[in-house]
Amino acid sequence: MRALCMLLLWPLLLAAQTPAPRSGLEFASADVRALQADDFANPGMLWVARGEKLWNTPAGRSATSCAGCHREAPVSMKGVAARYPRFDREAGAVLNLEARIKRCRESRQQAEALPHESEDLLALTAYVAHQSRGQSLVPAKDVASVAARERGREQYFRRQGQMNLACMHCHDRLAGRKLLSDTISEGHGNGYPAYRLEWQALGSLQRRLRACFTGVRAEAPAFGAPELIELELYLVQRAGPLRVETPAVRR
Amino acid sequence: MQAVAAEPAFPPLAAFRIDGDAIHAPLAAIAADVQRGRDIVASRDGNCLLCHAIPETGARFMGDIALPLSGVGARLSAAQLRLRVVDQARLNPDTVMPSYYKVDGLHRVAPAFRGRPILSAAQIEDVVAFLQTLK
Repeated sequence: MRALCMLLLWPLLLAAQTPAPRSGLEFASADVRALQADDFANPGMLWVARGEKLWNTPAGRSATSCAGCHREAPVSMKGVAARYPRFDREAGAVLNLEARIKRCRESRQQAEALPHESEDLLALTAYVAHQSRGQSLVPAKDVASVAARERGREQYFRRQGQMNLACMHCHDRLAGRKLLSDTISEGHGNGYPAYRLEWQALGSLQRRLRACFTGVRAEAPAFGAPELIELELYLVQRAGPLRVETPAVRR
Repeated sequence: MQAVAAEPAFPPLAAFRIDGDAIHAPLAAIAADVQRGRDIVASRDGNCLLCHAIPETGARFMGDIALPLSGVGARLSAAQLRLRVVDQARLNPDTVMPSYYKVDGLHRVAPAFRGRPILSAAQIEDVVAFLQTLK
């Protein structure tokens, strides 16, 4: 009986040993948290509103809007962003949400490509991701994503740049500590695209990741590079049950 | 993307000898300057305050990632300080402190910093001189 109890409790004991992941929101100052909590004050909602407009606007040679195929985003896109990045059969590659939207734009709508980090791509991504706000992240299970995630995990633990630091050094070991005056967070991407006060704009998770590469004086991969997608995949897994917050507000 | 102008080549690093946990000989034959050392520590050259509190610098913001350095000049000799700035990883391979005088064995260094140590030999001597005053 006692052995059986131990067996049943084992998963709980394991869970107790690994602290639950904490969203970047918990490391933010009170004014930043207040800004995110109020949709009328949250500047990221301006991009969401712009995204909604784009969703309903016909574009490209197809003269079709996103809504033309996907109908009501609050219904069709609910939970979608929480499942990205994932393998895309048509592309034959693992795509993040931005890349998926870019493809749809080019191949379905036959519209001009949306450049990485362009206002329109950010707006559409924010609008789609916003439909998953409150939903837990779901790590992709397909074979290609699992393999790519493993490469992302290796990258996360590899020292890089002139500063010779791995992501792990700050975001696993030093979360909550002060880097000069900034509180280091656990480095979860569940709020992106997010409005960052430092940028005075909404930006993608890849933009944020590239800033960390630059910070350790490493060569930053280009937007859309496999290294960044792989890292994103690993970040989803390590963020565990955290919920989508898009558009989050960060320092 | 803006083209990055090629950085002028950095001279090869000065050779140094590690004895135990110290480097006894200065890396550069200069008259080390405490004030210059203080400036390097507090500036973006050294970036020491990102992690270490050093109230003696008078800085408003200082990190709390690593040990505060008040009193470090009493705890460690110049030779010991020199190795810790040059390559703390020799003493603790798991450290988060960058090696300030090392160009080999690094991964994916940005072009602007490739082949260059974080601080020059002369800058390290200035920093060591300043750290010695923290008693």
